[in-house]
Amino acid sequence: MTDSAAELPAEIVSLIGVPQHSATADFTVEPAYAHNTLAATENANPIYWDSSVADDLTSGPTMPLATLSLWMRPHYWQPGAVGEQVALQVHFDLKARLGLPEAVMSDNTLIFHDPVRPGDLISHQQVLRSVSGVKTTKLGTGRFWVIDVEYHNQHGDLVGVESYTGFGYQRSGDPASSGEADQ
Amino acid sequence: MSTTFESVSVGDTLSELGYDVTPTTVVLGALASRDWRPMHHDFKFATERNGVRDIFLNTPNQAAWFERYITDWTGPRGRIGRMKFRMHDSVFPGDHMVFAASVTEMSTDETTQGWATLDIRLSAGGRVCTSCTARVALPSDPEDNPWARRGDRWKP
Repeated sequence: MTDSAAELPAEIVSLIGVPQHSATADFTVEPAYAHNTLAATENANPIYWDSSVADDLTSGPTMPLATLSLWMRPHYWQPGAVGEQVALQVHFDLKARLGLPEAVMSDNTLIFHDPVRPGDLISHQQVLRSVSGVKTTKLGTGRFWVIDVEYHNQHGDLVGVESYTGFGYQRSGDPASSGEADQ
Repeated sequence: MSTTFESVSVGDTLSELGYDVTPTTVVLGALASRDWRPMHHDFKFATERNGVRDIFLNTPNQAAWFERYITDWTGPRGRIGRMKFRMHDSVFPGDHMVFAASVTEMSTDETTQGWATLDIRLSAGGRVCTSCTARVALPSDPEDNPWARRGDRWKP
């Protein structure tokens, strides 16, 4: 990887540390939808399938931990929506503002606090934590950025925090030998 | 049965989990996580736009596979505090993915909750596709329940 000292635009610098895209989901947490994740991963953990185990250990049903972001992901389409509906809007904003058409996610951190429960209404906010200088990797030339997402339930309780590291870039060579390409 | 803190030591290894990835594995996981991006269901987009050989597992679904692998080991009383993973390469249909892990640290926090730190590798065809570090709360005995912890008594 090589570095360049190209300056970060002031409009991007001004966004670092500032909560953006604060929103509340327009649907409540739905156990049957969470079971799709359990089915997709053949996860037989009885706290998610056996109500007596859930009552005993978690004071009632809870959602699989890894579904944390699920409850804030937009519908593919809904009335009044314009254009593609995407999760992690800050990531797509950065791609557009920095003119970087491609991107990969390289790192994901999930921290789990109070469990998410059926009927919860989840809110979140996205915070841009950092943007690197210009880097050249085997994927291309662009910038790394770190975005944190905090999730709360309708009572204001923190249910989890996610952190994503993305790399937005212009292609040069093999485009997808690392990370999870998003576009 | 649940794995207890006292039954685990640094250096312990977890049983491997192997799974044959199919297009259904990828699409089911993507839609289950409400991830509509086309590289997780559209072969032409993945191959022609992204330049990879097929559709591939998305990030939230990988997190869900790690959760399943960890709690297969802990049992229902095990409670994951955090997971951090880095994706080095993609997982495609036709891959036989293998999860393997070892215990790298055992610690107890100021609330007396015992934690195991796991170093997990998701490999396919000899490639380490994703590496993950997880911090997992384990019960001190078969009756203890980390899920009962709230507020200041839960430090993930």
